Amino acid sequence: MRILLSFGLTGLVAAPAFAADLEISIEIPKLDVAEYHKPYVAIWLERPDQSVAANLAVWYDVANKKQEGDKWLKDLRQWWRRAGRNVTVPADGLTSATRAPGAHAIKFEDSHAALKALAPGEYQLIVEAAREVGGREVVKIPLQWPPEKGAALNAKGEHELGTVAVTVKP
Amino acid sequence: MKTLIRAAAALALVIPVSAHAHRAWLLPSATVLSGKDPAVTIDAAVSNDLFYFEHQPMRLDGLVVTAPDGSKIEPENASTGKYRSTFDLSLKAPGTYRIALVGNNLFARYKENGEQKRWRGKPENLAKEIPASATDVVVTHAQRRLETFVTSGNPDEAALKPVGKGLEMQPITHPTDLVAGDEAEFKLLLDGQPAPNVEVEIVRGGIRYRNQLGEIKVSTDKDGVFKYKWPEAGMYWLEASVSDDKAEFKEAKERRASYAATLEVLPE
Repeated sequence: MRILLSFGLTGLVAAPAFAADLEISIEIPKLDVAEYHKPYVAIWLERPDQSVAANLAVWYDVANKKQEGDKWLKDLRQWWRRAGRNVTVPADGLTSATRAPGAHAIKFEDSHAALKALAPGEYQLIVEAAREVGGREVVKIPLQWPPEKGAALNAKGEHELGTVAVTVKP
Repeated sequence: MKTLIRAAAALALVIPVSAHAHRAWLLPSATVLSGKDPAVTIDAAVSNDLFYFEHQPMRLDGLVVTAPDGSKIEPENASTGKYRSTFDLSLKAPGTYRIALVGNNLFARYKENGEQKRWRGKPENLAKEIPASATDVVVTHAQRRLETFVTSGNPDEAALKPVGKGLEMQPITHPTDLVAGDEAEFKLLLDGQPAPNVEVEIVRGGIRYRNQLGEIKVSTDKDGVFKYKWPEAGMYWLEASVSDDKAEFKEAKERRASYAATLEVLPE
């Protein structure tokens, strides 16, 4: 996993009065497989001790006809162990439907319930993807929250995730 | 040649005939489950290789399933085939379930007309099933507990409370929260008391597809605690046994208490 770091100039001009925000772009790769299902994805921030600091998003089969979508949530193994098994789904502002191949952007302002309680410090953004009849992959990006200056960070998955890009603005 | 045979025969008398010749196990279809009212299927068998059905089914008498609230629940679709028994459990409440096959039998060795024989069965049948003409009768109390654990949702501990009888494992690390590379810690109890200096054998499943068994032996410390760092993900089997003179039945001089558990270790 490569981590690319590039600091923008935005930090120099942003006034402290503006809310910090966290923008994440997640690429779901298009795979040439006989049986394809859109992956389940969990996105969260963890502390250096691996405990979960903020649950940001969970994409799963919320509208499963037999209401069995949550049966496979445990396949997001790391998320399930660290957070999922304590979360009641569906959960407003957290869970939503799975996404098709392509890049998907999600944005969080520091007023977001999951972020506003965060103590300033070092975190890792974790993106975990698990695909029915397919594989599983975890991509991690270290970041500081709240950010002191603007930064664009990215990492690339090899199997179930494409590029994960994070933009933070103070 | 003759000497060899005589030596072999002598040896055979010294080595206790035990369940050790094969491995007895429970195998759950999953140990970590999510969603509403999930179900698991559990197989029970006695075999050489783990976890393959190749020798005998484990009989399901003595099956005790403890639900997260401590109550006992009944299996569904139980059946016993040629090589395995199988049953389903509906996990109607979230939490951890303890699935145990508990055996409390007598084992006897005796001679009839000079011929060495063995018998295994329920204590009440001993007198009627061993002939009155039997001599050199040695009876052992065989106390056995085979377990596995499954969790729906968040793991909890109510079902893991020690039974206080025979050899059993009191988890320190939760038995459905095991991850490759992590160290797990468990305590062995004998009649509810810590069992120190007991050897525990740990074997990873999938034996058929490798040449070496790769079994690990660890020992409990003075507090009955043993630790093991899972080298990789997989379904593991662990077993321990002790012998003492605390037989529960007056016919038996010796007790052999054994414990085995099947534990699933998931990848990080």
